[in-house]
Amino acid sequence: MSIYIEILSGILIILGSIFVLISASGLLKMPDLYMRTSVTTKASTIGVGMVLLGTAVYFEDLGIYARAILIIIFIFMTAPIGSHLIGRAGFLDKVELWKGTIVNELEDKYSEDKKTLK
Amino acid sequence: MDRFLINIVFAFVWMLLQGDLHFYKFMEGFVVAYIFLWITRKSAVTTHYFPKIFQVIGFVLYFIKELIVSNLIVAYDIITPGFYMKPAILAIPLDCKTDLEITLFANLITLTPGTWSIDVSTDKSTLYIHAMYVDDIEKFKLDLKNGLERKLLKVMR
Repeated sequence: MSIYIEILSGILIILGSIFVLISASGLLKMPDLYMRTSVTTKASTIGVGMVLLGTAVYFEDLGIYARAILIIIFIFMTAPIGSHLIGRAGFLDKVELWKGTIVNELEDKYSEDKKTLK
Repeated sequence: MDRFLINIVFAFVWMLLQGDLHFYKFMEGFVVAYIFLWITRKSAVTTHYFPKIFQVIGFVLYFIKELIVSNLIVAYDIITPGFYMKPAILAIPLDCKTDLEITLFANLITLTPGTWSIDVSTDKSTLYIHAMYVDDIEKFKLDLKNGLERKLLKVMR
């Protein structure tokens, strides 16, 4: 029984670390702010979630399960808000889009004082 | 919602009665309490609780599937040389009305790799998102509305 649990938690932790590694290299590779934000929030969220889940599976304890699940829920709730604020600030400060961008439907939609959006 | 709380309390009591504070005992109690509540439901009172819990589980499984598939696509693009993405900023007309629905929809879009929400218009009618893999603009918008948004609204209402 316990050998299977060790294998399962090992697999979860290794996969999670790989996701975090990939998202970190995405930070270097992606050409503009919007895609960098895009890559780092997602892959690192799922990566951290998998590492926490692997830890909880290994210890098999109600307290640790509860804490791991709470941390995962909080990360899933807060990470999108952070990326939304970074992206919005970048757009309002007119950070340039990558040249391959096919369409920008947000162009000129903000009012002059940047407070209302059509 | 009341029934959900009753169900959780029953599951907790079940766990304490067993004298065994394990997570699977809690899940066991949850299933037993669910069956018990289902048997004792009053047919005159209409409640959405019993079918709803299966819809919620189905929605979570659907979302996890989407999360893994799109994560693999993004990961493939990062580790292979060259760029395959066609990024775009799109305006999505919203069917979600309340603040809670819009917040959940925007957060779920951000959690799916390749897409993330930038801002909501002031009158709450349009959501602006940034997407990395857009082949056909209209088809992409339709997929998002018919897939994630419709499923979310089905669970919420």
